[in-house]
Amino acid sequence: MLKNFRQWGKVVTGSFPDKPGERPEGFRGKPVIDFPRCTACDRCAEACPTHAITVTSETAENRKDAEGRPQESGGRIVSIDYGSCIFCGECEAACPDTIHLTRELQPAVSDRKSLITRARYRSTGSGSWEFVEIVADAASDRQSIEEIGARVKARALELFGRSLHIREVDAGSCNGCEIEITALNNPVYDIERFGIHFVASPRHADMLLVTGPVTRNMEIALRQSLEATPTPRMVVAAGACAIGGGIFGKSYASCGGVDKVIPVDVYIPGCPPHPEALLQGILTAMDRFPSRR
Amino acid sequence: MNDRPDYFTLIGQALGDRLELRDGAAPNELYLSLKPEALSSLPDIVALLTRSLGARFTTLVANDERALNGGFFLYYVFSAPAGDLFLILQVPVDPRHMEVPSVTPVLEAANWFERELKDWFGIIAFPNIYRLAVHPDWPEDVHHMLKDFRSDSAVPRVPGTFDFKRVEGEGVFEIPVGPVHAGIIEPGHFRFSVAGEPIINLDVQLFYTHKGTEKLAEGMDPRRAVFLAERISGDSSFAHALAFCRCIERLSGLEIPKRAEVVRTIVLELERLYNHIGDMGAILLDVGYSVGAASAFELKERFLSLNETLTGSRLLRSVAAVGGVRRDPEDAVPKRQALREAVVTGREGLERLYDLIMSTSSVLDRLETTGRLSRTDAFRLGITGMAARASGIDRDFRRDHPHCAYSRVRFQVAQQKEGDVLARLKVRVDEARESFSILEQLLQQHLGEALIAPVSPVPPGRCALGYVEGWRGEIVHWAMTGPGGELFRWKITDPSFHNWRALPVAVRNNIVPDFPVINKSFNLSYSGNDR
Ligand code: SF4
Ligand code: SF4
Repeated sequence: MLKNFRQWGKVVTGSFPDKPGERPEGFRGKPVIDFPRCTACDRCAEACPTHAITVTSETAENRKDAEGRPQESGGRIVSIDYGSCIFCGECEAACPDTIHLTRELQPAVSDRKSLITRARYRSTGSGSWEFVEIVADAASDRQSIEEIGARVKARALELFGRSLHIREVDAGSCNGCEIEITALNNPVYDIERFGIHFVASPRHADMLLVTGPVTRNMEIALRQSLEATPTPRMVVAAGACAIGGGIFGKSYASCGGVDKVIPVDVYIPGCPPHPEALLQGILTAMDRFPSRR
Repeated sequence: MNDRPDYFTLIGQALGDRLELRDGAAPNELYLSLKPEALSSLPDIVALLTRSLGARFTTLVANDERALNGGFFLYYVFSAPAGDLFLILQVPVDPRHMEVPSVTPVLEAANWFERELKDWFGIIAFPNIYRLAVHPDWPEDVHHMLKDFRSDSAVPRVPGTFDFKRVEGEGVFEIPVGPVHAGIIEPGHFRFSVAGEPIINLDVQLFYTHKGTEKLAEGMDPRRAVFLAERISGDSSFAHALAFCRCIERLSGLEIPKRAEVVRTIVLELERLYNHIGDMGAILLDVGYSVGAASAFELKERFLSLNETLTGSRLLRSVAAVGGVRRDPEDAVPKRQALREAVVTGREGLERLYDLIMSTSSVLDRLETTGRLSRTDAFRLGITGMAARASGIDRDFRRDHPHCAYSRVRFQVAQQKEGDVLARLKVRVDEARESFSILEQLLQQHLGEALIAPVSPVPPGRCALGYVEGWRGEIVHWAMTGPGGELFRWKITDPSFHNWRALPVAVRNNIVPDFPVINKSFNLSYSGNDR
C-alpha cells in the first residue's frame, strides 16, 4: 500500500523529499521585491494585512542634525519583514510588476532583525522616488531536508548523547501551525529518523517549540512551561503569530509574540511554517546550544 | 422559496401581535423582530419556533447598536427545516437593564451562547453565574465586545479561580489535565472526576486560545478580514474564509461566477478529505493501531501536498475571496492530472484503510460502544455536523441550505445511529467517499470562465448570514457593515462551539484511558471555539 502512495506522491509532489526548496509552480513562498524597479509608492504596504511591508520616511539614527535630533532626510525606506509575513500574496496582487511570491521558504534565524530586508529611496524632486541601496537583507539559505536531518542527528548525539527532545507548546495558535508540526511525524517527513522526539512533559525537553501569539490566557502557562524545562534549553518561536503576533498582533487578548513573554532563541517564519522550514529552524536552534565541554 | 408563505402565515397567525416580519438582505433570510413590550414572551416564541415549527437553533449574535439606534440587539438564528430558509429572531435589549429572559430552559442548545453573552457583552440571560468565555483573572465589569472597549486596552488581571463542578463521594478522585497537554494539541483544561476506572464527570475549561478575533475585525475592510477568517481555525481555513466571504456577498447581493462556485466546492471537499483522513489516523493511533495510523497519515500528507500543488498552500489559504476565488486549482494540465489521479488513488487508499480497520477485531473492540452520544442528547445539546450525523441526526447544510455548487452534484448525507467512536469514524469514511464522488462530478466544469466578480464597494449598514458545511459541521457567520462599508460586527460560530458540549456526555462512564480516542473522534477546534 505504501508503495502505491509513494508513486502517487511522485506525480503530485515531484522529487520530494530529496530536493526540498523546490515547491510547485504557484507556491505561496517568500515575496521578493525588485527594489530597483520599486518606486516606494506605498501600494503594497496598503495591501499587506499584517504590515509586513512598510514604506516610511527615513528618520534613521544616522541622519541626525547637530543637536542629535533625527532629521527628515527626505528619503524613504521600503521594508519587508518576513517574520510578520503570512505569505498571502496581496502585495504581489497590488504590484505585480515589482513583487513576486517566489517558491522559496524564508529560513529561520536566531536574530529577529535578520528577517527584514530594507531599501533606501531618494526623492527625484518631481514627486517620485528612486532606489538608492539595500540597507539590510534577510537571511537566505538552501539545504536539503536530508542534509538538515543528518546534521540535527549528529548534533543531538554530540550534545546529549541521545535524540533531541522537543516539547510543543500551543500558546494560542489557530491550529494551522500544529497541522504542520504534526506533519513532521508522518511517514513522509518521519523526523524520528533524524532523532527528533516530541515529548509529553517540559521536564524532559531540550527545546520548547512555541506557536501562537501568546494569548492573555496562555501567558502564565507558557512561563510555567519554560520554568519546568531544564537548562540548557532552546525556545523556538514557530510561525508569524509566535514571532510577532502575526495577523492577530497585540491586543487585550494577545501579547503579540513569544519574545514579549519569554526569551526566544530562534524564529521560524511562515503562516504556518512549511514542515521543511520547521526542520531547518530546529537545526538552527541546535547550533545555538552551548557545546558540552 | 415555495415554503416561505407558510412560515409567514404560520408565524403571523401565531405571533403577529408580538413580532414584525421583514425580509433580510439575502433572499433566504426572514427577520422576526420582537416588539419590546413582548420581551417576556421570548422563551415561548423560541419554543414555538423550535418545537412546533421544527426550526433549529444555529447561533446567537449580540450587537452593540447604541451608536446607531440607542440599544443592543440579539439575533437568534434558526435554520428552518423546509425551503432553505433562515429565521432570525431579533430581540431588543434595553441598555439600562441589560437583561433578557433566558431561552435555555426551552432550548438547551443556547446555554453556552447565553453564557458568552454575559461574559462578552454584560447582557444577562442565563441565570448561571459561572463564567464560560473569560477566565477568572478577567475583571467582572469589563466586557470586550462593547463598542466603548478598545481592542488595544490593557486589562489588569484580578485574583480568581476556576469554578469546577465538585463531585463528592467515597472513592471519587479528581484528575486535572492541561492546559498544556501531552502531544501536539491545542490548549484546554480538563478535570475528570473518576470513581475507580469510570469517568463520572468531566469539566472542560476552554478559551485559552481566545485571540479577540471578532473584536479585531471591527472597523476592518471586509476584504482584509478574509485573511483573519482563514485563521479562525487552521484546519478549516477555507471553510471559515468562505463563510465570511458569503456574508459580504449576500449582504451586497453579489453574483458569484459559476466557475468560482465550482472551485469553492472542490476546495471545501479537499479540506474535508485531508481532515477526515487525518482524523481516522488519529483515532487509530489512540487505540494503538500504528500500522493503520501510518497509512492514514501518509494519505493525509498526500492530500496536504496536493493542496499545495493545486492552490499554492497546504492549508488552502489565499484561495477564498469576496466575490469568488483567487486561484483555480485546475488551471494547468499537470494540476488537472494531479487532481484526477488523487481521486483515483485516494479512493483506493481509503478503501484499503477501511478494509484494514473493519478486519481488525482488536481495533473494532476499542471503537465500538466507546464514547456513545445518544440521538436524544445530540438533539438536546444542538450537536451539529459530522458528530450529529453519527448519532442519527439527518442534517447537512450542503443539502438543506445548498451553497456553492452543491445543488448541482449528487451525494448522500452520511448517517450512523450508534453515536460511538466507530460511528464517527464510519461517517468520516462515508463522507470521504462522497467527497471523491463530488470531485469527480465537478472535474473540469466551466473551465476558463471568470473566477471572481468585479470589485464593487461593500454597501453600508447591511447585514447577512454566511454559512457553509465545513468538514466538522455547520460554520455560520453573521456580519453587519458600518457607514463606510467597513465591518461593524462579525459573529463567528464554529461547529466546535456547539459540539464541545457533547464531549462530557460522551465520556461519561467510559474509562480514563479511552478519553483520548473519544476526544479525537470529535476532534473539536479550540481556536474555532475560543476565537
Ligand atoms: S505576502 Fe502578504 S503578508 Fe507577506 S508581505 Fe505580501 S502582503 Fe504582506
Ligand atoms: S502563524 Fe499562522 S498558522 Fe500559525 S498559528 Fe498563527 S495564524 Fe495560525
